Amino acid sequence: MFMAAMIGILATIVLAVLRTLLGPTVFDRILAINMLGTKIILLVAVLGFLLGRPDFLDLALIYVFLNFIGIIAVLKYVKFKNLATVNPDNEEVGNERV
Amino acid sequence: MLNNLILGVALYAIWLLWSGHYSLLLLSLGAISCLTVVVLVRRMGVFEPERQHVHLLLPLPLYWPWLLWAIFVANLDIAWRVLHPKLPIAPCVFKVKASQKSELGRVIYANSITLTPGTVSMDVESDTITVHALTEKSASSLQTGEMDRRVTALELERES
Amino acid sequence: MNVFDLISWVCLLGGVFFCFVGSVGLLRLPDFYSRMHGASMTDTLGAALVFIGLMFQAGLSLVTVKLVMILFFLLLTSPTSTHALAKSAFDAGLKPWVKKQKDVIQ
Repeated sequence: MFMAAMIGILATIVLAVLRTLLGPTVFDRILAINMLGTKIILLVAVLGFLLGRPDFLDLALIYVFLNFIGIIAVLKYVKFKNLATVNPDNEEVGNERV
Repeated sequence: MLNNLILGVALYAIWLLWSGHYSLLLLSLGAISCLTVVVLVRRMGVFEPERQHVHLLLPLPLYWPWLLWAIFVANLDIAWRVLHPKLPIAPCVFKVKASQKSELGRVIYANSITLTPGTVSMDVESDTITVHALTEKSASSLQTGEMDRRVTALELERES
Repeated sequence: MNVFDLISWVCLLGGVFFCFVGSVGLLRLPDFYSRMHGASMTDTLGAALVFIGLMFQAGLSLVTVKLVMILFFLLLTSPTSTHALAKSAFDAGLKPWVKKQKDVIQ
């Protein structure tokens, strides 16, 4: 039964990859990658149960945070073309930190 | 200082829960990493006392069952529309009023809107939220203002 | 086969079904903003049902606590990243596809 769930999740991942390749805007691709990350978390959790090793859940938790931080970082890069920008809307904060 | 202590203790409790190994070496490694996180958070200044509205978090478990039920109903509706051969959707963009006073209350409201399939919050201002809705039905269920009322009720629990 | 196994399998397969429908929506829906709703569907009910199914398999143990915490953090981070995505697309000037043009807010 875990095998069936894994096959279903893998089919979902294939569709998400298809959307990543189709585009058309960069935001569509980021959205598809974000969903792909969620599916990988589910895949890792189910795989842990399939192999009888619940330690895999620790990896799943790490993937939750990596997915979140990664998406925010990519969005920041797309928006500002730069990861070092502190806060371009607020001049004072920017000057203070530089 | 008290805040940092609470943060450190909470981090260490979560670390103990996740680790499951209790040898001296691992316990001290955990303590070192928790201490590092507290120092980093203090340097970043994201855990300032005036930004905390912890009293908001206490009645939150009472709100979750209603939110989960709303999410469940919306999910069934959207799944039916996605699988329908004619794709019966009518996307629209509109603004709703956010009557929460604190920043955290608005964050909870905007996140609840996004979490419910069929509505996504696009922009959060001081008293309005711009929402993109997939169908007329999900738009009108948000415009009744029940979610807004429930989140605001969380906020007033302690102050009144 | 006991009743807990049955509940867990129904939840697991239901979760996978909702994930799959969400990704079908990701492919079928016409524009970026409506695709976001499909993705949000897999993030909420799909993930929640899969984790509830796994909780029934694990029983009352530390593993269930971990599953609850993963689900909690997932439900906390996924709307935040979706909102960040929607806001940056809106700020970048991507227009939503609508049937009635008067609904668009400038």
